[in-house]
Amino acid sequence: MEVTKIENVTRTFKLGNLETQALRGVSLSIESGEFTALVGPSGSGKTTLLQLIGCLDQPTSGHVYVNGTDVSKLNRNQRADMRRGTIGFIFQFFALIPTLTAYENIEMPLLLNGYNASERRERVTELLQAVDLADRANHRPDQLSGGEQQRVAIARALAPKPALILADEPTANLDTPNGKQVMETMTRLNQETGVTFVFATHDPRVIQYARRVITLRDGVIVENHEAEEISMGV
Amino acid sequence: MIQLFKMALRDLGRNRRRSFFSSLALAIGLALLLLMASFINGEMSGAMDATIRLQSGHLQVRAESYDMNKTSLKWEDLVANPDQVAAQVATLAPVKAASPRLFASGIISVGDESAGVRVFGIDPASEANAPYRDGLISGDFLIPSDRQGVLIGEPLAKKLDLKPGDQINISVNTSNGDVDEQLFFVRGIYTTETSGFDKSTIFMPLAKAQTITQTENHASTIFVLLKDTQQTGAVASALRSSNYKVLTWMQMNEVIVQFEDLANSYMVIFYLIILGITATVIINTLIMAVFERTREIGILSAIGMKSRRILAMFLAESTLLAVGGIIMGLILGLLVTAYFERYGFHIGDYGTTADLLIGNTIYAKLRMDDTVNLSVLALIVTLLAGLYPAVLASRMEPVDALRAGQ
Repeated sequence: MEVTKIENVTRTFKLGNLETQALRGVSLSIESGEFTALVGPSGSGKTTLLQLIGCLDQPTSGHVYVNGTDVSKLNRNQRADMRRGTIGFIFQFFALIPTLTAYENIEMPLLLNGYNASERRERVTELLQAVDLADRANHRPDQLSGGEQQRVAIARALAPKPALILADEPTANLDTPNGKQVMETMTRLNQETGVTFVFATHDPRVIQYARRVITLRDGVIVENHEAEEISMGV
Repeated sequence: MIQLFKMALRDLGRNRRRSFFSSLALAIGLALLLLMASFINGEMSGAMDATIRLQSGHLQVRAESYDMNKTSLKWEDLVANPDQVAAQVATLAPVKAASPRLFASGIISVGDESAGVRVFGIDPASEANAPYRDGLISGDFLIPSDRQGVLIGEPLAKKLDLKPGDQINISVNTSNGDVDEQLFFVRGIYTTETSGFDKSTIFMPLAKAQTITQTENHASTIFVLLKDTQQTGAVASALRSSNYKVLTWMQMNEVIVQFEDLANSYMVIFYLIILGITATVIINTLIMAVFERTREIGILSAIGMKSRRILAMFLAESTLLAVGGIIMGLILGLLVTAYFERYGFHIGDYGTTADLLIGNTIYAKLRMDDTVNLSVLALIVTLLAGLYPAVLASRMEPVDALRAGQ
């Protein structure tokens, strides 16, 4: 089943009189359960593409479908609704709310999705165990290591059982062991829960975890391969 | 909702000092408003009280043609047989005291010094004149049979360097338009703590005043004090007759009512200025918070928080700042006003007109309705101030917000 489909999407940014085309006609389809990497150098359009799929931004032209819905023309609140239950995010910076504990950070999307207290407690406990952080539940982000923070972010992204998780350079700020642990956690949860993961990266150690790799350069897709082909190529 | 306030509280706790000082700004603003309101109240109720007690009474019974401004002494403008009229008025149950008074214009002179005064002929035994008797600071009070004694106010005594026993000349107008001058002795010096009254008013027994002004058995007015101010209308109706006019304290003191309205209008402007300054501090604090937390706003938006909830989150913060500030402001304001309610604020000789008697010391008087209204006003202004930063936060595009700080 198709989780997201992108049809001939362009995205142009205006900075004063200067126009920059971040995406120049991208088309793409991602199926449920995929574990896909978007790769390419800085400025190739990876983050812009993730933001469009994630309903954080709107394309200049073309269409973006999420779970069959054209999200290109949705207003701010409709896009927020779409994100809330359908899409989870993991960011390069450890995007946790600093005043909330690990538990409360994971609980936040559940609150927004209207889960009751006992459902929230059950789900957060389950997720904390899934990312091996049950003993860190009451720690605030500044009391957690970078790797632990990113695992909390993974648990938060998974909390409302989304169809799709988008990760933008999830290991960029982590050392190798922590990066490895984060990627292994994502891989395991993809296999256990079947949730689709799409992550942007330019780190070869991360790319090796992907089962499909889409390469962008200058705002266009230049390669779109299954993992085996890449592995052979590497 | 609880979660919202929990988050808001923690967010404010990130920069406790800044949050505290923002709330403190509101607290000081509110305390100042309470103090100002209590001063205006104290001043106005004090002025009304002093005017009723010393000058107008609750009611006055006068001849139909009497004009207070002209201080007429013609017999036809005066109340004849005033003792009888006063006795009749005093039979009404709500009346505390009814006493005849004769007013005349005069000049007091000692050596080369002289001063214009209002001469009050009073019945020294009447309870209506207790404020003057109680305010005696040296010498003796008048007795009805005294033919040469006068009572003068402290500021006048100081100005003319007089003490009890000193001789003075007093010239007064008479009923036929002449001026009569006689020698008197200062019997006593009084103060009502109202310089505007004390420096221009001297007292002599009614009988003597009638003699010198040639207004035999006449008085300018019957001065009436009631047990309860609320009874004024009822007593005035009961006293109305075709021979006399009855004036209530409200009719006689219109200038005070007008002054109070004017003062209240000015106060609204002061309130808005003070709350405007306070609101600026709150806006500044919250705008700083919005800019510092732009990326977090992006994260919350990314995980599906709607604009409305982001708005509510920042409004919850301004509500907490407001509630904290109002609680501190009430404590501070009540303490300060309690001090001035007890010890007052000395303003000296302020009430200089005969129509408006303001005491030398204003005692703050905080009313419950002012306290509630000003607290609610402070809350509303703070919430309105918080609206702009909250709207700013709620309108951020998530993609732009996430980019911030990267």
